[in-house]
Amino acid sequence: MYDKLWLIPFFPLVGSIINGLFGKRFIRNEAAIGAIGTGAVFLSFLVSCSCFFTLLNDPVKVHQQVVASWMTVGQLQVDWGFLLDPLSALMIMVVTGVGSLIHLYSIGYMHGEEGFYRFFCYLNLFVCAMLMLVLGNNALVMFIGWEGVGLCSYLLIGYYFEKKSAGDAAKKAFVVNRVGDFGFLVGLFTIFWTLGSQHGVWTLNFVEISENAHLLGFGGTVVTVATLCFFLGATGKSAQIPLYTWLPDAMEGPTPVSALIHAATMVTAGVYMIGRMNVLFAMSPTTMTVVALIGAFTAIVAASIGFAQNDIKRVLAYSTVSQLGFMFMAMGVGAFTAGIFHLMTHAFFKACLFLGSGSVIHAMHHALHHAHLDDDPQDMRNMGGLKKYMPITWATFGISCIAIAGIPPLAGFFSKDEILWWTFGSTRGNLLVWGIGAITAGMTAFYMFRCFFMTFHGEQRTHKKAKDHVHESPWVITVPLMVLAFLAVVGGFVGVPAALGGHNQIHHYFEPVFGHAQEVYKIGIKEALEHSHAAEYGLMGLSIAIAVIGIGIAFTMYLKRPELPGRFTARFSQLHRWVYNKWFVDEAYDVLFVNSTKKFATFCWKGFDVKVVDGVVNGTGKLVNVLSTALRYTQSGLLHNYALTMVLGTVVMVAIFLLQ
Amino acid sequence: MTAATTLPQFPWLSLLIGLPLAGALLCLLHRRSRQECRWLALATTLATLAICIGLFVACRHGDGPWLLREDAAWIPRFGIRYTLGLDGLSLLLTLLTAGLHVVAVLLAWPEQRRLPQFLALLLVLESGLMGVFLAVDLVLFYLFWEVMLLPMLFLIGIWGGENRRRAAVRFFLYTLAGSLAMLVAMIALYLLHGAQSGSYSFALADLLQTRLPLTQEYLLFGGFMLAFAIKAPLVPFHTWQPDALSEAPANGAVDVTGLLLKTGIYGMIRFAFPLFPNATRDALPLLAALALVGLFHAAWSAYRQDDVKRILAYSSISHLGLVLLGLAAWNTTAWQGSVLLMVTHGIVTGALFAVVAMLRSRTGTRNLNELGGLWGAAPQLSACFLFFALASLGLPGLANFAGEILVLLGTFRSQPLWALLALPGLVFTAAYLLRLVQGTLWGPAPAARAAIPDLTVREWLVLLPLIVLTVWLGLAPAPLLAPLAAVGGLP
Repeated sequence: MYDKLWLIPFFPLVGSIINGLFGKRFIRNEAAIGAIGTGAVFLSFLVSCSCFFTLLNDPVKVHQQVVASWMTVGQLQVDWGFLLDPLSALMIMVVTGVGSLIHLYSIGYMHGEEGFYRFFCYLNLFVCAMLMLVLGNNALVMFIGWEGVGLCSYLLIGYYFEKKSAGDAAKKAFVVNRVGDFGFLVGLFTIFWTLGSQHGVWTLNFVEISENAHLLGFGGTVVTVATLCFFLGATGKSAQIPLYTWLPDAMEGPTPVSALIHAATMVTAGVYMIGRMNVLFAMSPTTMTVVALIGAFTAIVAASIGFAQNDIKRVLAYSTVSQLGFMFMAMGVGAFTAGIFHLMTHAFFKACLFLGSGSVIHAMHHALHHAHLDDDPQDMRNMGGLKKYMPITWATFGISCIAIAGIPPLAGFFSKDEILWWTFGSTRGNLLVWGIGAITAGMTAFYMFRCFFMTFHGEQRTHKKAKDHVHESPWVITVPLMVLAFLAVVGGFVGVPAALGGHNQIHHYFEPVFGHAQEVYKIGIKEALEHSHAAEYGLMGLSIAIAVIGIGIAFTMYLKRPELPGRFTARFSQLHRWVYNKWFVDEAYDVLFVNSTKKFATFCWKGFDVKVVDGVVNGTGKLVNVLSTALRYTQSGLLHNYALTMVLGTVVMVAIFLLQ
Repeated sequence: MTAATTLPQFPWLSLLIGLPLAGALLCLLHRRSRQECRWLALATTLATLAICIGLFVACRHGDGPWLLREDAAWIPRFGIRYTLGLDGLSLLLTLLTAGLHVVAVLLAWPEQRRLPQFLALLLVLESGLMGVFLAVDLVLFYLFWEVMLLPMLFLIGIWGGENRRRAAVRFFLYTLAGSLAMLVAMIALYLLHGAQSGSYSFALADLLQTRLPLTQEYLLFGGFMLAFAIKAPLVPFHTWQPDALSEAPANGAVDVTGLLLKTGIYGMIRFAFPLFPNATRDALPLLAALALVGLFHAAWSAYRQDDVKRILAYSSISHLGLVLLGLAAWNTTAWQGSVLLMVTHGIVTGALFAVVAMLRSRTGTRNLNELGGLWGAAPQLSACFLFFALASLGLPGLANFAGEILVLLGTFRSQPLWALLALPGLVFTAAYLLRLVQGTLWGPAPAARAAIPDLTVREWLVLLPLIVLTVWLGLAPAPLLAPLAAVGGLP
């Protein structure tokens, strides 16, 4: 089975090419285009399943397939190679599984769009790139996927290309990600040359890097610098401080894109990358601390911004940034399994939330369109009370909200609780990180239910002309919602901790990937805590209590006493202004980086090229003019001048050398 | 030499130079019939390309430093010989030259004014470029170096845009200044070598034996480098280039202008570095500094341009900064990356200029402020534009990436600081290219614009091979890297 690995990214690639080349001119039929796109991803999903289950029962857990050589220069040898281990196996399941559902959903959501074929072409290409990223057996193939998903994200954010805001957002996403790529490349170079020139191991292959990482020395400068650089790359792709600002703007793209790329898959690439290089990261406690702290701060800052947004997709975007922060907290305290676990459960419930919001927007859009109103279909202030019109969307959205808030026994509870437990009890744990994490968990429950209540409950604020045109979405939209909601309910059961009588299967599943680093570098739950469940129960109770309090506040403020939010914003108007404007980070970046670079660029061109260089040249030109006026009496024409100068120059040169 | 034996004995290299020249003459003779001229020029360039491909297939695995060599006495009195040599480096560049000339002729198809002369000049230029990439006698090299100057001058001066006069004069003066410096340095080297060894010769192989005091080496190196730096062009000798590239006639000539720039880098690799090794070694930091300044200066300047061709012109300068950085890093990885990048950049930028020509002929403008919304009107053309723009910004899997990553990786090894300084260039490259994409393809279409036809069959014929090459070289650059391994005289 493992020699079929290449098929997994191959199917979506073919789908993308077919739809891209023939979709507009020859196929034209939406159903056919959608079937090709969805079918391609579904085929990948089938192959992934087969690989996944083969691997599950296989005692050997690491398999590589080299398809061809890419380039060989000096000591650098790069192959087109794939790697299947428990980590990549789970990732391809998530990518192709959630991917298939979102493709199916898109058939309904994108119905009637002029660029229908283009959308499926890009979306398939994205899945292909994401699978390359996940399956690559060396850092350069991963980088192909890394840039490839960035490209597709760029194309899909800018899908509505006639809107300037979409174009700007797309450009911003790409350029900000390039800043992260800078880090990725520096990290890669550092590891490659250090391992090679100092230890004789010339490789970019992940397996070989992991096996030889110990040569770099625990806590050494090289490994710290390299992992920090890799982490910079991760902050770009996974929207963490300081490079998170592109993600909320990326909501300009169609909603299925936000679900697939900007929630479930691409943005988790940074987390996956740390998982892939867990040995390197484990060797640098400094980097791990930085990762955990950045994750924690991102989580709480993004959650705070989520409080005040009124655009339903923006709330979800900030929630994604915040949840990614949780995953990085996990990676930073050495809870690699918990981080990837949360990545998986988050993919389920966040994709469901985004698709649910898409279903709402879709319905709102049609209703408003029908009533000839140009109210914003994404603004929650125009919603409310949608429950009775869209029961399936309501139910699935609600389930996902409970899941993300961390209420047992839904998926989010197990993964988030595992993360909090590790931040508290791990040998690399950090009470500050735990504290921030716990507070953020409460904030998450609050703003998610704020969003839920504002959309589906309470008084209906939709314009009365549009009100009765709101309808539940068709089956292609609701079926993916139900499947994802189901997964959001049961997805956590693979990681039920021993304290609750579970077997924590996912922990054993990842043992071959993370066990080595955790054992060698002594990462685990502190011994004092390991054998008593008391602390674990205590923390669990605390986090459930925090979540319930968050939900309760949302319930009070947005259902029981809807006048409260207005009073709060009036009372704390300054604070609200800052939160509402996202702490003015975008504005600060504009002033600090964007505008100053633009100004300097203008100087480069107008100041240097036009004034200095051309000034000198024109000056010389004038001088030549004067001289040639004199010479014109003896010579006529350019070519002769040329010959004369040649001769003169030669004479001068020869004279110099003879006189020496 | 094992490789050459598989090839029939024939002066193949002279043929590469002679064939386009003959084609040019025939074009002029047949200037009555434009259609005949077109097909004639196309046949000539295709034949030249076929020979190049044949040479590539037959010779790329040669084991000596020279895959093919031709040598004949020419002016014995001054020790001037007619010596042509083909090694891995010149192999790639002749291949690029031949390929881009086919593209140029196809693009020149709709040219209205004095088509036969236009095509003849293109072919003369091809001949000159071939000569530059093949000559290994200094006088012969200089001859070709000047030969390629004139057709370009006329192409810009006669068929160019609104400011063609100014651009042509600038191009001429700049290049002339460089050429003169090189000529003087050449003659001085000739005399010094003669005085030292007793036999006066312009042959590169002989001159390589010269031992010079350091001061003299610096001076002569400076003379050569001035010529090459102006051609490359290196900041601050670059301001002729945006003018020349933006004024060069869109129908074909501009692609080839890109080739002209490659001669600068080629000259450094072939002549300046091997002839003056000590000066080169000392000058590497300076070169790297100039390369970095060029990389950023041009990227930032490109960001502020509104003329699409000027953006691409500055983009060329910026990319060549990276090429030069790889050379200055002075190790195999970076060096091979530089050459690879030089070739792929020729393809990608050539293609971009071609697309812009197609764009211009449809919209009548190259100004970003007057463009936009092209995707709605001509999706095929837009997709091609986007594709090559992405290739140009170094998207992994497409042609430029392999070269860029090798340059950066290699540079990082010997000079980590240089590589660290160069890497943010990736960010700015993305910024100006995406601004270009956004300005042309996206946004609302200008209200006054008439309907735009999409790509024609002829245009697809031009672009499709370039697309295939861009993907192929991105996925498997190995065939281009293989001939470089045996190139002598470098790290």
